[in-house]
Formats: sequence, C-alpha cells, structure tokens
Amino acid sequence: MADYEVPEVKEYAVVPLPKDGVMDHLKPFVAKPEFQEALNYVGKKEHLDPKEMPKYVLVDGWKEKAIDKMGDLLGRYRSLQVFMDSCVKCGACTDKCHYFLGTGDAKNMPVARQDLLRSVYRRYFTFAGKYFPKLVGAKDLTEEVIDDWYSYFHQCSECRRCAVFCPYGIDTAEVTMAAREIMAHIGKGMKYSNEIIGKVFTIGNNLGLPEKALANVLEGLEEDVEDDIEVAVKFPLDVKGADILLVTPSADFFAEPHIDGLIGYAKVFHATNTSWTLSSIASEAGNFGLFIGSYENMQRISMRIREAALQLGVKRIVYGECGHAWRVGYSFLNTLAGPFDFLDQNYPIPQHICEFTLDKLEKGELNIDKSRNDEMTLTFHDSCNVARGSGMGTEPGGQFTIPRAVIKAVCNNYVDMEKDTIHDATFCCGGGGGLLTDDLMELRVKGVLPRATALINAKEEHGVTHMAAICAICKSQFTKVLPYYGFTMDQIVSVHQLVSNAIILEGQVDLED
Amino acid sequence: MSTLIAVLLTLATLVMIVGLARKARQYHATPAPLKIPVTPAPKTTGGVVLRMAKEVILFASLFRASKWTWIFGWIFHVSLALAFIRHLRYVIDPEGPLGFMMPVIGLWIVQTAGKYAVLGMIFGLTGLLARRYFVARVRYISAPSDYLMLLLILSIALSGFVMSFITNVDIVAVKVFMLGILSFNLQELPEGTALAVHLVLVAILGFVLPISKLLHIPGVFYSPTRNQVDNPREKRHISEWAKKLDETRGDYPELQAARAPKEPEA
Repeated sequence: MADYEVPEVKEYAVVPLPKDGVMDHLKPFVAKPEFQEALNYVGKKEHLDPKEMPKYVLVDGWKEKAIDKMGDLLGRYRSLQVFMDSCVKCGACTDKCHYFLGTGDAKNMPVARQDLLRSVYRRYFTFAGKYFPKLVGAKDLTEEVIDDWYSYFHQCSECRRCAVFCPYGIDTAEVTMAAREIMAHIGKGMKYSNEIIGKVFTIGNNLGLPEKALANVLEGLEEDVEDDIEVAVKFPLDVKGADILLVTPSADFFAEPHIDGLIGYAKVFHATNTSWTLSSIASEAGNFGLFIGSYENMQRISMRIREAALQLGVKRIVYGECGHAWRVGYSFLNTLAGPFDFLDQNYPIPQHICEFTLDKLEKGELNIDKSRNDEMTLTFHDSCNVARGSGMGTEPGGQFTIPRAVIKAVCNNYVDMEKDTIHDATFCCGGGGGLLTDDLMELRVKGVLPRATALINAKEEHGVTHMAAICAICKSQFTKVLPYYGFTMDQIVSVHQLVSNAIILEGQVDLED
Repeated sequence: MSTLIAVLLTLATLVMIVGLARKARQYHATPAPLKIPVTPAPKTTGGVVLRMAKEVILFASLFRASKWTWIFGWIFHVSLALAFIRHLRYVIDPEGPLGFMMPVIGLWIVQTAGKYAVLGMIFGLTGLLARRYFVARVRYISAPSDYLMLLLILSIALSGFVMSFITNVDIVAVKVFMLGILSFNLQELPEGTALAVHLVLVAILGFVLPISKLLHIPGVFYSPTRNQVDNPREKRHISEWAKKLDETRGDYPELQAARAPKEPEA
C-alpha cells in the first residue's frame, strides 16, 4: 500500500496552512533520450553503476541552454512575458489550487509555483533581479532549482482555476508549460507525456493501438451492441466520403466508462441517419503537446486530423468527449491546422459531440425514454479544459449549459454540486495536464480532495449516485482515485453513456430485460 | 535642496515614462500565438472592452477571489486615483494646452474628494500590509520588495496627510515650483520637511515603477487571458512566427507515410 495518507474529508474544503516542501519528494519519471529526440528535444543517459538503473540527467551546458530557451519563450509568448512581470503577490490565487488544498505544500500555491520560474526570470532578465536579487527574491539557476521545477511544475494540471481569480489573469498553466518546455530542452522531459506523444507519431494514438487492433475493437463493439439490442449500430473506420469525421480520445476504444460514451455517439449517429467515420490516422483526439507547452508538437499532432479529413473527404469534424482535446480543438485547431475551407462552413469547425447531440435532441430526432436512467441521481463535473479553455455553442458559457442540457434531456434526476465548485470555478479531477500516471499517484489521490468533498456533499444532501463527465482523463482519474474516498468505479459515467441508456433505436429489443 | 528635488523629479519622470513605454512596446511586440482567453469569454471586441473595464475599474476577478483583499486593494486604488486627480492642479498651467482641465480639477468636490482620499489610501495600504504579514500564505510569497513597496506608498500618503491636515504648505509656491520644472525654469521650493520627503519618495516611486511589480499597470491591459476575443472557430488566429511553421507543417514523416498508397495485404 502507498506510503502516504489519503487526506481527511471535511464538511467544507478547508484551506491548509502552507508547509514548505512536503511534496518535494514527488517527481515523475524522466523521459529516455531516445524519446526526447523523437520530439526534437535532447537527453543524456548516465550509467555509472552497472548494478543500478541508468539515470537520465541534464545535458552538458544545461544552464546556458535553459536561460536561452527562457529568453526564446519570453520573445514568442506575450502571456509569459506579461505574467512574469505583472504579479503583485496579492495572494488571490493562494487558496484556489486543488493541489495546494489537497497537499498543503506551499509551493503548490499558484503564485509560489510561478515564482519558481519568476525568481530565475528576475535574476537573468530584469534590472532589479540582476543588481538587487535578495530584495526582489531573484535566484540563480542551479540544479536544486531545476529539481524544484521538475517536482512542482509536474504538480500543476494546467487547469487554469487560479487564472479565473487573478486580477491580471495570470495563468499558471502558461508558466508551467514554459517551464516544462525549458526542462525538455535540457534533458528533463517527462516520461509519461513524451512517450505518449512518441506513440502518436509512430502508431497514431496515445494508447498505441495499431490500425488492425482498432478495427478489431470496433468490430467487437458492433457485435456487442447488436447482441444487446438487436440493432446493427455501425462503428465505421476509414470510410471515404463520410460526412463526419469523429475524432475521439483513444481511451474511448476500451476504457470504462469511456467506451459506453463511444457507444452513445454511435447510437446518436445511427438514430439520426448520419454518415460518419473514425480514422486510423486521427485515432486520437487527445493532444499531449498542450501539456508540455510545445506549439510544434501540438501542431504536429493536430495535423493528423487535417490529413485524415482531407484523405477521407469528409465535410465535418466532430470531437468526442475529451477535455484537453476540446481545448485544442476549439481554441487552437484552426490556428494549428487550419484554415478548414474544404469543410462545410455551415457547421462549427470542429463541433463537439454534445453540440451535435443537443441539436438532434432539440429537433426531436432522437427517441428518448428518460426513465431508463431513473436508477441514478446525476451530477456533472465541469472538466477544466472545457470549462476555462474552450466554449460550445454560440453563447459564452455554452460549455456549461450544453452538456447539462444533454444530461437533463435524457435523465430525470439531476443536481449541480456546490456553486463554487462548478462552471468556471470547477475543481480539476487531479489527473489532468499530463499527470495521469502511476508515478504521481500520491498527487492524484490528494489532488482530487476538493472535488471529492463537493461530490460527497452532493451525495449526502441530494442523494447523488453518479457523476458524469466529458473528459477521458477525468473519467480515468476518477475511477482510479475516488474509490479512496468511498466511491465505486461505476459511479463515474460518460455523458453519452446516459444518452446511450435512454435512447431507443428503431427495432431495438432489450435482451437484458 | 530645490535643485536636487527638481533634478530628481525630472529624472524620475523620464525614467518612468521611457521605462513604461519600453515595456508597453515589448508587450505589444511580443506575439500571442494562441487564443487563450479564460472562458467563458466575450465573443466580440465590445464584450472584451466591457470585460477589461470590469477588471480595471472594479477588480471583478479579485472580488470573486478574496473579499478582504478586494476591499483594501480597491479602496487604495480608487483613493490613489482621486488623490492623483487632485494633484493635477500643481502641474497644469491654466494658460497651457491642458488648461481647459483646470475648471474641473479645481471643483470643490474634486479637490475635497482628493484631500480625504488620503485616508482611503492609508486604510487600504495598512490593510494590505497587515494581510501580507498576518496571512501565512501571503507572507510565504512575499519578498522584501513587496513590503517596501507598500511602505513607500504608505509613506507618500502619510507625508501628504501631514501637509493636508496638520502643517500647512504654500501650495501656490509649490505650483510655481512644479511649473518651473516643466518649463526648465527652476523656482524655489517652499520650506518644509513633509514636502521634501513627499517629493523625494514620489521620485523614488517613479524610478522603481518600470523595474518592479508596478508593471501590473501596463500588464493588466496586455493579459491575453483577459483581452482576447473568444472566436477561434470563426476566425483563424495566427502569429508571424507560427506562419513560418505552417510552411513545413505537412512534411512530417508520419503524414507523408499516411499519404503513400497502401500496399495490398498479402
């Protein structure tokens, strides 16, 4: 069992007293040099003692390289330059981070996390920091500093909750991304994210599911659904001339409850006679290039979607349930891989599956029996990247109303969690931003505390039995860590799983009943 | 003494203006390659102007974050603005190009509000200072400069308070002195410790402004998370350096492999 304690849940989220360094032992595994190089980064292996595992260490000349990279990023990103200068240390963000609330580590306060980078920025890039370092808290760049960076910039899920409350809109996610990009350029890339990106380049998706295996999975799914309801719902792959290209997180192909969401999308397409296809080139909506702050890698991953859309000759692109993918899709795809003038301009490019489904629900094109979800009382977890980094529909805040409208259209029992834990004040699941890895399990268990507290309160006050989400990472993280707080894995559901439950297709026979 | 203070004020003003202009130019010239407004965000430019106004005038996000910090911070800034307006009468020549402003600045209500605003400044700054020291989280993130900055402005406010409410200053002579500086025609500064202290501290503030966290003044206007329009699907946003990447973005080996005709299966 783990050598750390699961935080105690109090009636309301309690702001801990800041403690120095209680989480500085926690670091993710470092990426091997070959994985680094695949992403145009560098790495160095040191194997001094043959009896021990090799170490992946800082490359030669790392200090100059790091400072050069920082200068490069300051010149390329206005966000970074403005955020480095503007913080007044007002403290507005200090009690907003779920990792601080869950761990109590002072350096998990957003401003303290930013200051790990800002103190070095001040030392090398500002007058005051060059000549009066002590006065303004400027620090030399040392290996200890890099060590702290590696710990604490991997204890930020880039969820942007701090940025909502900052009077200057300083977004720690931007700072974390810059720090990770700098570290990747001196040999300190993160194994989890960087290996996954490598898999996307070589195989096509985060999970490393090759084309053939994917085809088999989809075939199996068709059989399963037909066995269940006696309707031949299709899961098409690489169908040229289809109207819609669906890009979805690869977790949707086999993880629970993700796969039930995928079945939901397929049933909606089936019920509305929509021509659609998945693609083996773009068999991944997720884009970990976002997490490591790399424009180039994010663009390279995004280009697969453009390539698939062109090759298949589709008219539209629809995204499945994935939080950070939707941020990249909604906010960046047009920038990275656009313009999409070859697609049908009458639809949003790209469109979210919730936008698609709600439209069909509102038009009455789906035959829904809400009572089929009556065993559940639902609540909805706003995923951070959807809530604070994207939109849906045509009105600001559509990312909150549209998924809820979908749920309410297919379920009778729905309640929101506490107001300061939903919408743009939502708490991260604790596993976002490239931290969904076993080597950070302690952080993930502690980081879910604020969300778990709100969910427990919703359970006790309103009898909530299930929490729905539209993010593959949230779903994976919750099913893994909420059991530490007394929930079972099946209490986490996909939004389109609810749609799938309630929808009645033509000719459907429920064999289970 | 007059000469020293005149030189200090002149240099400080130059440093402040040049420093802030350079910083604003840097922010302006640095691209924002991606759309990163914190959402929900306005979908129109007009909406962004409204959002920014709420931030700059009402400190809307800070209000959501922390009521105490908002009360102290907002009262301090509003009081500072009122005091600043009151002080314009010292540097505006009624016969000069900005003379048209004098009737407004000279209004009893403007002058009185500016006079009592010092109390708001002292209240706000003391509150911020207390919070910085007594709230453990805020103390943890504070560097010496964070305290010194508050103390500097507090000292400016206190020396101003002394002149307004305790001793008397020949304000007509002060105006002559200030207009003298502006026309490079040095005049005698009236005697008085509070006045000398006040002006020297203001000069220090001017020097410090462009090299300190007071850069939040231009920074707040350039923050991409607040000032961007949320329309990425409707309008392609692209920066200059990213345009260069677009030229080669289709050449990655896996994309070329995907384009190659598939070999028939054996």
